[in-house]
Amino acid sequence: MMIRIINLFFIIFFLLSTKAYSLIEIDITRGNLDPLPIAVSPLFQDDNSKRNSINELKIENVGSEISLVVENNLKISGLFNPLSKEAFLQKPDIAHLKPRFEDWALIKAQALITGKVTIEDKKLKVEFRLWDILAGREMMALAFTTVPSNWRRVGHIISDKVYERLTGEKGYFDTRIIYVSEEGPKTARVKKLAIMDQDGFNTKYLTLGNELVLTPRFNPTSQMVTYLSYFKNLPRVYLLDIETGTQEVVGDFPGMTFAPRFSPDGKKIIMSFAKDGNSDIYTMDLENRIVERITNHPSIDTSPSYSPDNRFITFNSDRSGYQQIYVMKSDGSNVKRISFGKGLYGTPVWSPRGDLIAFTKLHKGKFYIGVMRTDGSGERLLTENYYQEAPSWSPNGRVLIFYRETKSNDKGEGFSAKLWSIDLTGYNERQVQTETDASDPSWSSLLSN
Amino acid sequence: MNFSKSFRNTFLVILLSLIVSACATKKTTTKVEGQMQGDVYTGTDTVKYLADGVPDRVFFATNESILTTKSRDTLRKQANWLRENSSINVVVEGHADERGTREYNLALGERRANAAKDYLITYGISADRISVISYGKERPVDSGSNPLSWSKNRRSVTVKAN
Repeated sequence: MMIRIINLFFIIFFLLSTKAYSLIEIDITRGNLDPLPIAVSPLFQDDNSKRNSINELKIENVGSEISLVVENNLKISGLFNPLSKEAFLQKPDIAHLKPRFEDWALIKAQALITGKVTIEDKKLKVEFRLWDILAGREMMALAFTTVPSNWRRVGHIISDKVYERLTGEKGYFDTRIIYVSEEGPKTARVKKLAIMDQDGFNTKYLTLGNELVLTPRFNPTSQMVTYLSYFKNLPRVYLLDIETGTQEVVGDFPGMTFAPRFSPDGKKIIMSFAKDGNSDIYTMDLENRIVERITNHPSIDTSPSYSPDNRFITFNSDRSGYQQIYVMKSDGSNVKRISFGKGLYGTPVWSPRGDLIAFTKLHKGKFYIGVMRTDGSGERLLTENYYQEAPSWSPNGRVLIFYRETKSNDKGEGFSAKLWSIDLTGYNERQVQTETDASDPSWSSLLSN
Repeated sequence: MNFSKSFRNTFLVILLSLIVSACATKKTTTKVEGQMQGDVYTGTDTVKYLADGVPDRVFFATNESILTTKSRDTLRKQANWLRENSSINVVVEGHADERGTREYNLALGERRANAAKDYLITYGISADRISVISYGKERPVDSGSNPLSWSKNRRSVTVKAN
């Protein structure tokens, strides 16, 4: 039940400050059909550290494993093309000191990552360098010291640093996904809260599956989660502290509360409360427990999501007769409908960059994940499928994760629910690996920052 | 809130009577596909009985919570049965099909369950004998992905609470 996310001690320091600008850079604002060829050399590990690595981690070569984490992250971003290690001509230790740029240019690498790992006194020390092959110089050098069990996170942090250096934007690799794990037949699905690293590793289950749970969402520091639980057959919004495992009901509502999210400052939970056939939007302040009613309309108002500056709320309402997306001030005033395309619109969620709202759209029996500007203009549909919904933004606002269900036949066979991600550009659609069927993903913030 | 609710109920009643009269004239043109009329389920496959002749569930059109003539007939039977069995309390479960976003469907299920509850109240059953719960699209009875399966899943089900 208890997971420690934050209490990992990282010491990060710059080996050298390298300000010289480079020849290579990646434009992430358009679909990248020509990913950057990059060589990720296995991080060098001396024999002494290898022995310690086996003792501490049961892994023979943690340096090589870390480089695989980095390689996989860069590959799934769609922006990089990691080259096959078999083609590498230079040994890891020598390359880390001073690469022979001609050798790396020969295999068409434009960038190179090298590094070195030592494990001593139960400490993992990792240093890495990023090299610009075309310019023939170092672009970045960093070192970390942490506990050995954090080795995968080291790989994620290296990936984030490389991504940031080459794209100019923050990465999203040292992050986690909270989601609902699903098992069993459709008519009696067992659902559990699950959390995993963004690349599908380190899955942990936070509930046992005794009661139905839905729609978990992280708070801004990713230490707390708000979700819907049918505990004792009373569907209510709950708050879970991931670190301690403590759970509590949010507020004291005489009916179903659902569709919870945190405000971007983490101080409030915004959610729907359903009573007598009518759902409206409420907030509860987590400090003073004051409940405020935000909408008051005899239609369904749900799926609220704050703008990153806390000033506005986007939500889903059928007050026009059908599900559409609305934006209002965070006090509930100035309600404006923003979706006017053909079809039904749901699950609006404000981008962490503030400029876009992602949504689910249903039109002519197909489901779409799309984005529009916050005034409703510039609607862009990223992906079409039989069933998909509930996009959640990566912390840098470049990628959306959502879930997709397949059609079942008349006997109910062939059904599955999986997590998928797609770039804001509409390119790079991929399935996100999960141990079980999965739905309702929520992306954490960057854990190391 | 009370005002808006009573306003909505009045509106619903007007709407219902309009639909009833519309149905009366439209009957010949409504497409009947086996166990469905329009997209409302009219079959009995999944129906259970609270007592002899008292069906436990009513069905809805896509995105709707309006009670059909048949649904109201079923609910009147339930009301009679509840009157005769005054020690029994019930839970009305509201459900949606799988073709809608999860959160909206939770609200829609709640709306459907309350439509059934309100009708039972109209027929003299005390509100404190009826609780509601929405399962949204979480508990389908039919796991198929086709219009007939979906129509069976758009339902409210009255179950004994004790």
